[in-house]
Amino acid sequence: MNLNELTVIEAIRGLKERKFSTLELVKDCLERIKKLDSKIKAFVTVCEKEALEEVRGIGDDVPSGIRPLLGIPFAIKDNFCTEGIKTTASSKVLENYFPVYDATVVKRLKSAGAVIIGKTNMDAWAHGSSTETSDFFTTKNPWDFTRLPGGSSGGSAAAIAADMAVGAIGSETAGSIRQPAAWCGVVGLKPTYGRVSRYGVIAMASSTDSPGSLTKSVEDAALILNILAGKDESDATTSSKPVLDYLRGIRGSRGIRGIRIGVPKEYFVKGIKEEVKTKTLEAIEVFKNLGAKIREISLLEPKYSVAVYTILQRSEVSSNLARYDGIRYGNERSYFGDEAKKRIVMGTYTLSAGYYDQYYLKAQKVRTLICQDFEEAFKKVDLIIGPTSPSTALPIGASKDSVMFGELQDILVEPSALAGLPAINLCSGFSKEILPTGVQIIGPHFSEELILKVGYAYEQTTEWHKRKPKL
Amino acid sequence: MKNSKLSEGEVRHIAKLANLTLTEKEVKKFQNQLNETLAYIEVLSELNTDTVEPTSQVTGLKNVVKEDLVKSSISQKEALSGGKSKHDDYFKVKAVIEK
Repeated sequence: MNLNELTVIEAIRGLKERKFSTLELVKDCLERIKKLDSKIKAFVTVCEKEALEEVRGIGDDVPSGIRPLLGIPFAIKDNFCTEGIKTTASSKVLENYFPVYDATVVKRLKSAGAVIIGKTNMDAWAHGSSTETSDFFTTKNPWDFTRLPGGSSGGSAAAIAADMAVGAIGSETAGSIRQPAAWCGVVGLKPTYGRVSRYGVIAMASSTDSPGSLTKSVEDAALILNILAGKDESDATTSSKPVLDYLRGIRGSRGIRGIRIGVPKEYFVKGIKEEVKTKTLEAIEVFKNLGAKIREISLLEPKYSVAVYTILQRSEVSSNLARYDGIRYGNERSYFGDEAKKRIVMGTYTLSAGYYDQYYLKAQKVRTLICQDFEEAFKKVDLIIGPTSPSTALPIGASKDSVMFGELQDILVEPSALAGLPAINLCSGFSKEILPTGVQIIGPHFSEELILKVGYAYEQTTEWHKRKPKL
Repeated sequence: MKNSKLSEGEVRHIAKLANLTLTEKEVKKFQNQLNETLAYIEVLSELNTDTVEPTSQVTGLKNVVKEDLVKSSISQKEALSGGKSKHDDYFKVKAVIEK
């Protein structure tokens, strides 16, 4: 077995037992990237020099205590600022931007000893669900190179699916972790809004932006959340609620008997791929067999969330992208791609005098209804389960056909994103064409521990996550 | 939300507000695509929100404050490191006010 195929937990164990060195681990990832990334194109920047330098500094030390991730190779989505390492958000505006500081997420990973091996491709500015609106190139799905990895964290999802990194970081505004995780068959954890700091993440829609992880196992997601979660003085929206030991939480779990899981009938939307539906129902059956109490629930039609998200996202984008003037850093505004320009124009319109009440305010009111809808549901059930994406990975070019591609792709993840809820994507099986299908588990605010416990129980039973693409 | 159709002139005006220069082709394309999007979001008018408060923060945080302490920040050299056009220790920009 090549070391790059290990999970974070397995790699830590191997390093601690001195079965291999940090150098061997990092080199296996770098070699995998060299071998495959000309085809998959998951990375915008590979930090070979920096990573090897980092490894030299680590020497013979192994993960322990305050450096639980010592020597573990991570891929970071290219919208997280990394000091001295180019950070582009896959946009031409920032094609030569070298931040002078680290995002809080990066700082925390580095303090824990992680080694950054590269920055991953994304939809430019994270505007999309395909990774083909990157201003640089399209990332391919490791399960089928003619298909999309999903997005916007498509590079990170593909890097994990293809074993080019041991752990990866992504960010989700509405689906950007869960949907690519579903299409690439990996675990994607989107924490509660404000559980993980947004400081140093190139802002998209600030009221929903949530950094999280893409991993090969639920255990890895739990361990990474231990490190990333917590109050940050630099992001006023972070919560001061105590951070639990999520890894200990799932390991010490005595099963999921009696946990009430709701199945929203509205989430089996029209046009959903039959196999996605079947696999979701199979996953529900697994939970039932594990002792969970399954019941059907009803939620607001997801179409309202799509409309709310469209307004809020465009509005917040127009405001967040107003700062790029090419004076302090980056290129001037003519470098914006089509998608960014379109969203800026739309958002400027929905926020403009005379239209604010009609669009932005109306959307924030409906958002309240969406939040209340979930609050009501969580009085009856502990968690909600449903398909993550209505389809498996679509062919390259699919996003070009529809103005609303991203929104319709993300129809099943937008409601929970708008409400700031935590959720996880788990691989629920494979279609006939051997493409992964995804199931998501959504919980109330700050219920990450329960979500991870349930995810872990699923993984122990099904082992879909161990299947790898033939590369 | 009925009848909200954007004209080409409006697209040009909004682009100007957003400090974007659009080509004629882009104006036409965006006009169509934005109108398609506006038509989609009309679905919100199906919901009555007369007595609903707008959301401001989803996890219930209110008035987050911290002490206003002077802390060390990035250096002037670092702050200027990304600028393309500089003069001594300043960013150089085009004149905003004409003589």
